Amino acid sequence: MSKGKYGIHGGQYTPETLMNAIIEVEKAYEHYKNDPAFQAELTELLNDYAGRPSRLYFAKKMTADLGGAKIYLKREDLNHTGSHKINNVLGQALLAKKMGKTRLIAETGAGQHGVATATAAALMGFECEIFMGKEDTDRQALNVFRMRLLGAKVHVVTSGTMTLKDAVNETFREWTTRVDDTHYVLGSVMGPHPFPEMVRDFQSVISKEAREQILKKEGKLPSAVIACVGGGSNAIGAFYNFIPDEEVRLIGCEAAGKGVDTALHAATIANGSLGIFHGMKSYFCQDEYGQIAPVYSISAGLDYPGIGPEHAHLHDTKRAEYVPITDDEAVAAFEYLSRTEGIIPAIESAHAIAYAMVLAPTMRKDEIIIVNVSGRGDKDVAAIARYKGENIYE
Amino acid sequence: MNNTLKANIIEANIIEANKIKANKISEIFADQKAFIAFLTAGDPSLDKTEEFILAMDAAGADLIEIGIPFSDPIAEGPVIEAANERALSASTTTDAIFDMVARVRAQTAIPLVFLTYMNPVFVYGVERFFSACQKNGINGIIIPDLPFEEKGEILSVAQAHDVDVITLIAPTSQDRIQMLARDATGFIYLVSSLGVTGVRSEIKTDLAAIVSDIRAVTQTPIAVGFGIATPEQATTIAKLADGVIVGSAIVRIIAEHGAASTPILIDYVRKMKAALV
Ligand SMILES: Cc1ncc(COP(=O)(O)O)c(C=O)c1O
Repeated sequence: MSKGKYGIHGGQYTPETLMNAIIEVEKAYEHYKNDPAFQAELTELLNDYAGRPSRLYFAKKMTADLGGAKIYLKREDLNHTGSHKINNVLGQALLAKKMGKTRLIAETGAGQHGVATATAAALMGFECEIFMGKEDTDRQALNVFRMRLLGAKVHVVTSGTMTLKDAVNETFREWTTRVDDTHYVLGSVMGPHPFPEMVRDFQSVISKEAREQILKKEGKLPSAVIACVGGGSNAIGAFYNFIPDEEVRLIGCEAAGKGVDTALHAATIANGSLGIFHGMKSYFCQDEYGQIAPVYSISAGLDYPGIGPEHAHLHDTKRAEYVPITDDEAVAAFEYLSRTEGIIPAIESAHAIAYAMVLAPTMRKDEIIIVNVSGRGDKDVAAIARYKGENIYE
Repeated sequence: MNNTLKANIIEANIIEANKIKANKISEIFADQKAFIAFLTAGDPSLDKTEEFILAMDAAGADLIEIGIPFSDPIAEGPVIEAANERALSASTTTDAIFDMVARVRAQTAIPLVFLTYMNPVFVYGVERFFSACQKNGINGIIIPDLPFEEKGEILSVAQAHDVDVITLIAPTSQDRIQMLARDATGFIYLVSSLGVTGVRSEIKTDLAAIVSDIRAVTQTPIAVGFGIATPEQATTIAKLADGVIVGSAIVRIIAEHGAASTPILIDYVRKMKAALV
């Protein structure tokens, strides 16, 4: 029987060599997610080590400047290691510890998930190996060194398109080679069951906090929650506890690169079609023969040809909306938030800011938008300078 | 209708009329140890793939596994992954592969089995894919990323079109072995080692124990693959199992010799087949 379904999406499309490993993770997660001691240990790590709860900040100047809805920023950029990725990593690393694993492996795009995994490995005493596409080690060089500093070994992936999808392929290959002592810390709400569900649960702390925070500050729910979508982990985390609140619009921002009408984008919902890849049935950018398309975005973290199965289902049921944001729009938002609020967002998160800039002016002043700032932009500064034609090096 | 289109249809009809009835997969294991050869379709070209298949058939191969190239072959090591990239760079498509299979099937009865990933099958359309398999003479299919739990995606359609969905059993299958083996048809693909495809100097898995677990629940023949390259390895494996599968070693020959691979393949297949005693 197929497990981990979201409507028609999800499942467990994984080589037989990994099935027992995946079932082991599934069983361990089923057990520990209901174990109060595990949850207490995780909460302590999230609070004392990672700095949760993250702030919900009223962006006063941005709100005044855009002249519409009140904008709140959920500050995942303030977490230890600089992004939401740590929420999931601490959960999975703790689970891996309970399972008796001694080695963590992970893929990374922007390097944030790799840094978070290397951090948890250092903290909890795991061996750690990170797989990262060559194109991404070039554009996110600072994070490569950061991972090494934390004691991880970084493998540069030179197969295929040399980006996030290829890093995922290589990490799966590595897992089939050495599965006994190794846990694959998947970095987003993708892959075979139980990963989409487990990663979502670990990230849903974002909306759990945000919902309480906004009710406390404003006494009402937001009209919209906006987040960027690569695989979809920060977005599902930001959406999850608002899903039952039907009046709250949930909006995911995909990377449209040079534009959805060009070949250079990573907009899965806008341009993808149904497929089965990386362990899951979902939407993918691909050709008529099911060959996965090379995708492009200025943002290494959004440069992925698929989307998590729960998002695919939220799209099918129209509970969430997905909009494409181009490189130019994201870079403009990156600069705008830096100058207006003194917050340099990750270029991934800038995709969500960009849509808030479009949406807010069309809304009433008594309406509220929450934008998830999934990460901080320090890692992107050099790349954005290069995008603007300034030749600086890190 | 233009003339080339007309010519194509006439040619298609001739191939259809000349199609040779494929031997059943089970027959190749009847009174011998089987040698199963893998190659990637379209590497370096589909015409060459056709030539290589017929040459390996003539040299003694008992079944040919034809890889439909995929952009992201996560079960493959670097050798076969590179073959996938070469084939796709040569614009190899599933439709063109079916046409090549039809040409092969017009010339030989050797069982032909596809190896590919779930996405190319799913996106082509499961019904359309398996009906084309039946029409063009494909006997079976191996899909590494379609585990037992998800077989429902294709099983009834494949069966309706007389295509065996080959069961893969891995060194990590353990308590799953008998569940997997029970319904297996065609042959069982026993994965010799952890990891991805690729030539290995030593196979450490306790294959004998896995084989006996399988034999307890099924008569379906067992072929062992992953990492086998030399006649000595083939001899050892053939003592335990009903057949030997070789992929990377063949693909490596093709990578090295390209369009001129035929005589080297013939020589290699002869040696390997002779080692299966
Ligand atoms: C800051 C940041 N935001 C978003 C993402 C995209 O991932 P997801 O869609 O899983 O949140 C990444 C991935 O690297 C990231 O680093």
